[in-house]
Amino acid sequence: MSAGIDLENVSCDFGTFRAVDHVNVTIQPGEFFSFLGPSGCGKTTILRMISGFTDPSSGAIRIGGKDMAGQRPNQRPTALIFQNLALFPLMPIWENIAFGLEVRGVDRAKRRARAEELLALVDLPDAADKMVSQLSGGQKQRVAIARALAVEPSVMLLDEPLSALDLKLRQHMRAELRAIQKRTGVTFIYITHDQGEALAMSDRVGVMSQGRLQQVASPRDVYNNPANGFVASFVGENNILTGTVQNANAGLASFDTPVGLLRARLGDVSGGGAMKLYVRPEHMTLSATAGAENSVPVTIGEVSFEGSFIAVQGAAANGTILTAELRNDGMASVPATGSQMHISFDANLASILPDSATVKG
Amino acid sequence: MQDLLRRYGTGLTGVFIGLTFFWLAILVILPNFTMLESSFRPYLAKVDEGGPLDTYSLGNYMKVFGNEVGFSIFGVVFQVPVRVKVFLLTIFYSAVVTVITFVLAYPLAYYLAKIVSPKSLPTLFLLLFVPLWVSEILRSFAWWIILALKGPLNAVLMQLGVIDTEIRWIAGFSPVIIGLVYTYVLFMVFPLYNAMQSLDSNQIEAAEDLGSPWWRTHWRVILPHAKPGIASGAVMVFMLSAGSLLVPSLLGSTTSGWFTQTIQGIMLDSQDWNTGAAFAFMLLIVCTLFVSLAMRVFGVKLSDIAK
Repeated sequence: MSAGIDLENVSCDFGTFRAVDHVNVTIQPGEFFSFLGPSGCGKTTILRMISGFTDPSSGAIRIGGKDMAGQRPNQRPTALIFQNLALFPLMPIWENIAFGLEVRGVDRAKRRARAEELLALVDLPDAADKMVSQLSGGQKQRVAIARALAVEPSVMLLDEPLSALDLKLRQHMRAELRAIQKRTGVTFIYITHDQGEALAMSDRVGVMSQGRLQQVASPRDVYNNPANGFVASFVGENNILTGTVQNANAGLASFDTPVGLLRARLGDVSGGGAMKLYVRPEHMTLSATAGAENSVPVTIGEVSFEGSFIAVQGAAANGTILTAELRNDGMASVPATGSQMHISFDANLASILPDSATVKG
Repeated sequence: MQDLLRRYGTGLTGVFIGLTFFWLAILVILPNFTMLESSFRPYLAKVDEGGPLDTYSLGNYMKVFGNEVGFSIFGVVFQVPVRVKVFLLTIFYSAVVTVITFVLAYPLAYYLAKIVSPKSLPTLFLLLFVPLWVSEILRSFAWWIILALKGPLNAVLMQLGVIDTEIRWIAGFSPVIIGLVYTYVLFMVFPLYNAMQSLDSNQIEAAEDLGSPWWRTHWRVILPHAKPGIASGAVMVFMLSAGSLLVPSLLGSTTSGWFTQTIQGIMLDSQDWNTGAAFAFMLLIVCTLFVSLAMRVFGVKLSDIAK
């Protein structure tokens, strides 16, 4: 039922602007795959190329092993959920859902029955005869999913469909989408600029910037082992320190920074470009005394209470600001502004990465 | 009203209301009312006006039912009053004109609204408007020349080998239909363009993505969305066609009587304004009824058109 997708050296130019630049990725059947990146990074163009609305300038797209070149959107086994959903406002809900079946010549009674089945699947019974305008945002979302599922696509393409919803509903729909994907086994390709969505729902995430795929990995790896500086700084928060690599052995290197010599894992240096040290605020620890390594004496600056954690800023001797996030376990003592402390981190939790990695191909 | 007063003060508000009142009452209601009133009175010599013969009656309206002639529909010949025949043909061919303008305008409006790049849109609109800068009389005359027996259209078709002998285009209703379609097609294009332009392109793509062939996307998504535009375009084209005098007079043949020509004859040639007024009102009322009926059939509300 579900199909895998191969993007082989896919590029797309709009005039002189290269929206997508030599993207190579294989998406497994039944996988929940997200393209994550800032707006304008080319992720929507990838989606439109897979669905057939935009033709790649070069490269090949295969769905289920079949080359899609020359196939119109209405001939592809994909279903696209638009950012604004694009439901048909002049049709009742059940006709919206059954539109794909109507196109395929299914008779009216069967269409109606199938629409009701799908409405039950997306947890919206009794909505069949309502109009689109009578539904709330979350309900419209479900109708859009049901409409796409009705044509039994091998691949579902979702273009930031949750971005218009409020926070609570968005979190609820995340779980819902994930559950529907598991239940139906259809390959989901999800486009988003929201890292929370991408990390929470996906089997794998492809991080994009300026048309290039920067890293393809599991959410855990994208977060914990970013391939380059872009991924490290786009996904999650980081303390970033500039400096030069001194010596490297066993994957760890010394890094000469303005706040002193620090040790961290060394990433792929072959790409050239400036190397920087990235360490996440939640991996920072604060202590009154200096640690064995990677310890920087700081003067505590702003302390902000964020609920589940406490963000503490510390200024090093040269003025560099380092941020530590302390988990709020109910007992953590909050350091006082102006006090002298040491901020430190484990060398294995920090990485030295080039600004952007070379893209193979 | 309160808003108007607050924003413009008493003086300007008074001017606005005064002008609107003048326009409605003096230029619209009063002349029409005078016509309506005189349509119920007989055409009399000056001395008899206001005398015992000057009574209200439906006599003028009944004049439409005189002089029966043969009228054949699908080979069956009916005896129909000649003016009723002209009247029915006017309504019928106006409807034909409306349908043809729709068929021509729909693809053009769709092209303008959804396909052409926004950059070339102003140029295309300009090209559409240029013919409107020439007066309607000249444009109709141009068609008269084009359609003439030894005219350019026949010459081109002969040259291309499409026809062997010249076709007499100016015969029957066809030149009138051609002229009316040409004159009023833009009144269909623009409401359609407006309606289609407001359609979210994602809906067209969504339909295609769900496997819909182009014609079904038009039938199920674009056409329903454009319905108010179609309705207002159709009403305008129909009413303008039925009420057109110039085109049928210039491009008409001996066999293409238009009801406006009948009214003109009674008004100007017979100088019988009373009967002319009666016939004019009859045309107005029947056209309005026809349009309301068509709107009912197609499920369009007046408020949809106003949008």
